[in-house]
Amino acid sequence: MRAMVYRGPYKIRVEDKQMPSIEHSNDAIIRVTKAAVCGSDLHLYHGMMPDTRVGMTFGHEFVGVVHEVGASVRSLKPGDRVMVPANIYCGSCFYCARGLYSNCHNVNANATAAGALYGYSHTVGGYDGGQAEYVRVPFADVGPSVIPEWLDDEDALMMTDALATGYFGAQLGEITEGDTVVVFGAGPVGLFAAKSAWFMGAGRVIVIDHLNYRLEKARTFAHAETYNFVEIDDIVVHLKRATDYFGADVAIDAVGAEADGNVIQHVTAAKLKLQGGSPVALNWAIDSVRKGGVISVMGAYGPIYSAIKFGDAMNKGLTLRMNQAPMKRQWPRLLEHIKAGYLKPNEIVTHRFPLEDIAEAYHVFSAKLDGCIKPVIIVGDQ
Amino acid sequence: MPYTPNKPQPPETPEQLRARIPGWGVDLDPKDRPSVPRERFDPGATGAHWEFPERQPETVPRERSVEHQFLTPVFGTSAPLKWCSGRIRRMAYRLGEDRAARWLILLGADRVDAWENHLASFITLRPDNPVTQTGVTSEFNHHGVSSRVGQQRADVRHHWMDPIIVAGPWVVGAGAAIALGLKAAARFRNR
Ligand SMILES: [Zn+2]
Ligand SMILES: [Zn+2]
Repeated sequence: MRAMVYRGPYKIRVEDKQMPSIEHSNDAIIRVTKAAVCGSDLHLYHGMMPDTRVGMTFGHEFVGVVHEVGASVRSLKPGDRVMVPANIYCGSCFYCARGLYSNCHNVNANATAAGALYGYSHTVGGYDGGQAEYVRVPFADVGPSVIPEWLDDEDALMMTDALATGYFGAQLGEITEGDTVVVFGAGPVGLFAAKSAWFMGAGRVIVIDHLNYRLEKARTFAHAETYNFVEIDDIVVHLKRATDYFGADVAIDAVGAEADGNVIQHVTAAKLKLQGGSPVALNWAIDSVRKGGVISVMGAYGPIYSAIKFGDAMNKGLTLRMNQAPMKRQWPRLLEHIKAGYLKPNEIVTHRFPLEDIAEAYHVFSAKLDGCIKPVIIVGDQ
Repeated sequence: MPYTPNKPQPPETPEQLRARIPGWGVDLDPKDRPSVPRERFDPGATGAHWEFPERQPETVPRERSVEHQFLTPVFGTSAPLKWCSGRIRRMAYRLGEDRAARWLILLGADRVDAWENHLASFITLRPDNPVTQTGVTSEFNHHGVSSRVGQQRADVRHHWMDPIIVAGPWVVGAGAAIALGLKAAARFRNR
């Protein structure tokens, strides 16, 4: 089969790879139809995530058709059109039994500090991902869901991570009616988080980024008020002024490890890999919420230390909430919202590339060329 | 103002927001949100029909964190440990996840892994190609210049580092190879 393969930092290629096989009785093999490249794939691509091995296929956002199922699989059969949550999880461990699917203890042999994801280094379990013609999906009775007839493949694809994560991020913000919510990052997760904040009754939603074309999307897609931090001397002071010297009630970090805005933080983290991540957005979040406010962290960071302004968080009495999203927990409600017409997830998709051109897709997305917000990889026919 | 007791009113009323924003307030009740409460004990909800999953056979020895009691019942088999990078990674896996050394050694092994695979690719029919594999060709057909110039982007300030990170080691490696070659040739001539 054809599959995207990592060759070292900033280098990937498509090659002929052995077909995945059933390695456990509850595995399924999915024939991928569409996959997406995620902002967090860029951390792998840039060589920031420890134990990212040459030969791995990335991709934790994909939809496809069931090709083969293991002996104990009951809920899927070949031919089913399915969406697969980014998390791999067993459904029965202490954490899964409590709905913490992203923290499953039975799927990541390499680390206990993280659950497992498809195609996201050995630090999260060493599973090949879905930027390939076929992919092994463990616990087929637990993770994947049949895509409802009325739902478009690309909308389903957004559910596998970006939409579910953005929506989850807004929930962790514990938004109450009339709250001012500031979202750092107008990428896919930030856009969905901003949109979701309104569902929870936010009174004001502000989105911060440095890419004007993404801020434009935040205004049109997420109805948000926007600021470009490059145009502003000090974004924290600016946010205080804009909120009657209060600060926001809730801040959502939808940026993560490669945040810009502070050259030292960015270079030590993203280029020199001396930090688990550049916490520029997180530090702005800490400083720009009001005392007693809530921070929701959706951005991904690596397992080593990052220079976070913890003293401010403590002295201000902040609540910091964070996790990898348990995608499937969000699905029933999100399906209702899509069906009701409250949002159309694939409105954020800007680019579509065939699998053979995936190296270009990564570069365009990474260098933010051509107004890129979300690239989708077209792998196979429905 | 925070100097007085009351919270400021948002600029728009709920009615105005509802009219302007599709779905405003549909998840208004803080208790009726999918991830609330955080932990909800409901083992039947996941579709799992086991209490502990059947174990995936370990066909090649699989590294695991020392913080795990045993190898997890299911694990990834994407890229088993091999070569020099595999040995370095095995060392890292002896350390607890609290140790920075564990992660830094793994990052070091990642660089070794890339290099041994680059070198190995030169004796295959498909050597690594830094041009096609970096996707830089898209600079020409996806508005590489106009996407950056005059856009007030914070990241453009460090984009110049990327080619150095990617191509630098190749240039240094090629330079070293040429220097060694010249030296060997000179020695051969001087005999
Ligand atoms: Zn993702
Ligand atoms: Zn589990």
